[in-house]
Amino acid sequence: MIQPAVQLRDIVKRFGSFVAVHPTSLEIPEGAFVTLLGPSGCGKTTTLRMIAGLLDPSEGEIAIKGRRVNEVPIHKRNLGLVFQNYALFPHRTVAENVAFGLRYRGVAREDIRRRVAEALALVQLPDLGHRYPRELSGGQQQRVALARAIVIEPDVLLLDEPLSALDANLREDMRVELKRIQHRLGITTVFVTHDQGEALAMSDRIVVMSAGRVEQAGPPEEVYNTPATEFVARFLGASNILGARVAAAGDGEVVLDADHFGRITLPPERARGVGPGARAKLVIRAEKLGLSPPGAPPGDGISIDGRIETVDYQGQVARYFVRVGDTQLQAINMIDEHPFSEGDAVAIRLRPRDCAALAGDAT
Amino acid sequence: MATVETREARQPWILLAPALTAVALLLLVPLAFIAVYSFWLRTATGADIAGFHTDNWAEALSDPFYRDILLGTLRIAAITTLVCALAGYPAAYFIARSKANRAILLLLLMLPFWVSYIIRTMSWINILGVSGAFNSALLAMGVIGQPIQMLYNEATVILGLVHFLLPFMVLNVYVSLEGIDETLEQAANSLGATRWQAFREVTLPLSLPGLAAGGLLCFVLAAGTYITPLVLGGPTDAMFANLVFEAIITQLDWPLGSALSLMLLAILGALVALYNHFVGMSQIARGFG
Ligand SMILES: Nc1ncnc2c1ncn2[C@@H]1O[C@H](COP(=O)(O)OP(=O)(O)OP(=O)(O)O)[C@@H](O)[C@H]1O
Ligand SMILES: [Mg+2]
Repeated sequence: MIQPAVQLRDIVKRFGSFVAVHPTSLEIPEGAFVTLLGPSGCGKTTTLRMIAGLLDPSEGEIAIKGRRVNEVPIHKRNLGLVFQNYALFPHRTVAENVAFGLRYRGVAREDIRRRVAEALALVQLPDLGHRYPRELSGGQQQRVALARAIVIEPDVLLLDEPLSALDANLREDMRVELKRIQHRLGITTVFVTHDQGEALAMSDRIVVMSAGRVEQAGPPEEVYNTPATEFVARFLGASNILGARVAAAGDGEVVLDADHFGRITLPPERARGVGPGARAKLVIRAEKLGLSPPGAPPGDGISIDGRIETVDYQGQVARYFVRVGDTQLQAINMIDEHPFSEGDAVAIRLRPRDCAALAGDAT
Repeated sequence: MATVETREARQPWILLAPALTAVALLLLVPLAFIAVYSFWLRTATGADIAGFHTDNWAEALSDPFYRDILLGTLRIAAITTLVCALAGYPAAYFIARSKANRAILLLLLMLPFWVSYIIRTMSWINILGVSGAFNSALLAMGVIGQPIQMLYNEATVILGLVHFLLPFMVLNVYVSLEGIDETLEQAANSLGATRWQAFREVTLPLSLPGLAAGGLLCFVLAAGTYITPLVLGGPTDAMFANLVFEAIITQLDWPLGSALSLMLLAILGALVALYNHFVGMSQIARGFG
């Protein structure tokens, strides 16, 4: 087996009596782009800072490239760190900022100049080496911070919400850019964000955290399509969660009797931990509920009737809140020409294979 | 009708008017009087002779007695500033980096200002004087047989000045350290710098404006002091302001005293101007914020 670039073994972080990170184990494969995703205060930054060596874990072991680093001070860990506020040295030019880490690695003067130029070219700021950070835009400062972190060829690149200070358009450009650079260098990257869009777009693996615990870790599609917990289902995208009774389980399929939609058959990998005779939660992504005018020919799924209560128009798509009996469902649909209006009666369609089921009762 | 712009342009002046009036009446007008006085002539008997005479200036600028004391004053101010910087910087760093106790530490720093500067200076007599605490303790322990005179020399003058001026230095350095983003040092660490190297390369240079502001205050206040050498200095430790005091109050030689005081003012003013050119006055304003 290939050694993971970063390995966390049962690390815990306590601040006084408050536990910020509960026992957590994590493996970050060499060259992977791993995102720590979760709501504010869930312990993402704390975890990242423990890897960086800015915080000591209260318990557990951290290994980088197979070497235990708990006792290794930050300046000997060879990590690239990018902060949310960039943390560029204001009294140094861009080139001096980027050269900073190289000087501490005993790189020869000529090589420093060449590598700084290469790094600045990589982040597409080839001609700004003589400027001071205050003379750069936010996006440019971000690129310099990235150049400064990668020029030292770190074992791991750690990024704490590096895009959150940028405005929306720039953020999307930078996220493509960051991914391009990461891919090009093949550098192991741990990225912290609370933005699910960023996480889904950039990651090889997403680690969803909540209240100091890992809820689920896996590739983006897996985390998105088959959430392991209700928290993950609700945090990533918009989901409907309905109560269901397990009618049968085994033989390569799980059969549920769900509220409103009736009988639904799922492959077992979409209904992990769901046993026969028990209650289950049916998770339906909002964009998997298709709305159409009532009476349109049914497709290959289940169709039930509902009524539009609220329309949240977003341009390309609209988010509808649809009343079905005592339940309000969310549906996100592309808009063909006109969105539905409040009060419209609609047919709600669902393909059973687009659902996933979790053990436990819906609340 | 006044536009928004003209109103906005006028507003600072309206708000500043009381202070500017006070400064003009209490500072500039007396200063003008002193400038005029410095060109009058003193007579042994009777009233001073008004007019434009450069005699006082010639005496103040050429007499080696004044020059030596001036140089001595600048030296004492420089040593005081240096000691304040060396002792004050670590203290300011400690306060800026302590999270929980910062408010208490800052309050402690302000505490001395609640007691008169003169009383604080005189308190050294009770500590270092012949029958002071220090001598009594040494006598009681049998370390010495006779009390030692530790007061009334240049060292105690500097000690008194440091005691007086250290809080100004700490405050100014603290304010500049406070304004430095903590993540800068962390970034330097992550790039391979030890804590000391990160301090030297990042924190120290970024806090220099505060150090300069504190240094300027210490130097100017030390160079202009006359109470400390009066209370803690010996007969030969007079500083320049003591000469001015002597000339005006004791000898009633207002013209010469005026010339001397303007001389000191010019030198310190030049220093402030230099500082303003290289650092800018706003740093000092921040130190009081
Ligand atoms: N130095 C500290 N002392 C006490 N509690 C702390 C400290 N640092 C963090 N915490 C607490 O630990 C928890 C996790 O904090 P952390 O900064 O890791 O959150 P986060 O997931 O990065 O959140 P955000 O998205 O808001 O940055 C929070 O509840 C926070 O209040
Ligand atoms: Mg955080």
